[in-house]
Amino acid sequence: MIEAVAQNLVFGILLGALYGLAAVGIAMVFGVTKFLNVAHGELLMFGGYASFWLFKLFNLDPFLSLPLTIIFLLLIGTVLYKLLFVRMVKLPEEEKIKNTMLVGFGLTLILQNIALNLWTADDRGITTSYSGAAFTLLGVRFPYVRVAGLVISLVCLFALQQFLRRTYTGKAIRATVEDWEAASLVGIDVHKVYLLSFLIGTALAGVAGALVLVSFSVEPAMGMHWTLKSLIVMVLGGAGNFMGTFVGGILLGATESTAAFFIPGNYRQVVGLVLFLLILIFKPQGLFGAKER
Amino acid sequence: MLELEEINAFYGDLQALWGISMHVSEGELVALVGPNGAGKTTTLRIISGLLKPASGSLRFYGQDLGKESVHKIVEQGISQVPESGRIFTGMSVLENLELGAFTPNARKEKDKTLNWVYGIFPRLEERKSQRAGTLSGGERQMLAIGRALMSKPKLLMLDEPSFGLAPILVEQMFEMITEINRQGVTILLVEQNVRAALELAQRAYVIENGRIVGEGKGDDLLSFESIRSAYLA
Repeated sequence: MIEAVAQNLVFGILLGALYGLAAVGIAMVFGVTKFLNVAHGELLMFGGYASFWLFKLFNLDPFLSLPLTIIFLLLIGTVLYKLLFVRMVKLPEEEKIKNTMLVGFGLTLILQNIALNLWTADDRGITTSYSGAAFTLLGVRFPYVRVAGLVISLVCLFALQQFLRRTYTGKAIRATVEDWEAASLVGIDVHKVYLLSFLIGTALAGVAGALVLVSFSVEPAMGMHWTLKSLIVMVLGGAGNFMGTFVGGILLGATESTAAFFIPGNYRQVVGLVLFLLILIFKPQGLFGAKER
Repeated sequence: MLELEEINAFYGDLQALWGISMHVSEGELVALVGPNGAGKTTTLRIISGLLKPASGSLRFYGQDLGKESVHKIVEQGISQVPESGRIFTGMSVLENLELGAFTPNARKEKDKTLNWVYGIFPRLEERKSQRAGTLSGGERQMLAIGRALMSKPKLLMLDEPSFGLAPILVEQMFEMITEINRQGVTILLVEQNVRAALELAQRAYVIENGRIVGEGKGDDLLSFESIRSAYLA
């Protein structure tokens, strides 16, 4: 009994790391640009497919092909930004959120149907030499690929934080988040910062997609699920604090899987939403969000 | 060095500036004074590129800046300290100053400029690793000016640097502004504190309802009857 609960919890945490990574991507974009890109899940889906086809066609290991997956997503991100999102840069904040949501919903339909036409509705997964392998600790199984997912997520998060903390460009991003007008007055090209942040978010979605592929599978309609989880996690962790967002992801994964053990399977999705509502009611700035400055 | 000619500007349908013409020469300290809502800040926003003029010309060393983006204008050597400073409160004092030197040219001489700024505002050096949000009002204003100086501006524009400061600090602030000007930085100063601004400035413009209604040497304007009665009574 205890082992089964522990096993569930571990799987939940490992899944939660992927929620966290996806959410950090959407939070990065939202935090800087105030674009609420609800097509984030579709970008993640494209990352998964990129990784899948690189494996299928060129026999490239999904972990080793991560840089290629990222490049592919950066291209998509650039096109989407230059074609659509750039038009909303100058809107006031609230209109920006609303308009990007509308555009995002349109995009989800378009991107889903592109995937459906190109690659059919089949579930796609891959099997590598190490796919089933796991180590066991105290009777709990740790599949290698899922642990690798957690590690890679942490590496991405750490790299992002160091980038924001230490580099000039990273500081320019933080300055833009605080006060874009003051940022432009010190000579920061705010439009470049917006594009860069959008691309970082897109790249993170790509990495998350590849990790979802190796641990689970991908299909054209998976995006909305991941967007929803990302949004829940972003609210849970509090926007503007990526470590908090990531921990929020792990928390959601752990709660879902533990709850699934005690309540029937289909209600698993409800748990996250209930958590979401509770946070909104009792701690709207998020678990780790700063109250205000 | 800076020339505005017949500038008209709008916020939406509302006209904020009506045919503003003014100039600032190298080395000068020029004040732009007038009541609340007269268009002082709007004029600065036009110069720094945050607001684009509907008509008229804006030239800096003969170059047209009317359509230039904000960060390009900073690169040209114009730096604005916005009203109430708008420092990055979540970052350290040093990070704020570093960001001031964001433009490629300023970044090359960052360390040298930093020493210069610390020379003017020793307080900032004492607090360099502190989070900017923890600074007092006077220190925030110093940091805002220091951040603007880090871009090595040829023209420094100050928007109400005395706003919200205690009288003794206001006096210090004006002394520092004079010192910065003496060190070769041209200054365009926007102030509601008309008497102090006119005493400080070599030349001044008076703006009312979006129009320039007076221009002259600081001392002359001080004895100007309509100004005396309107602002100094």
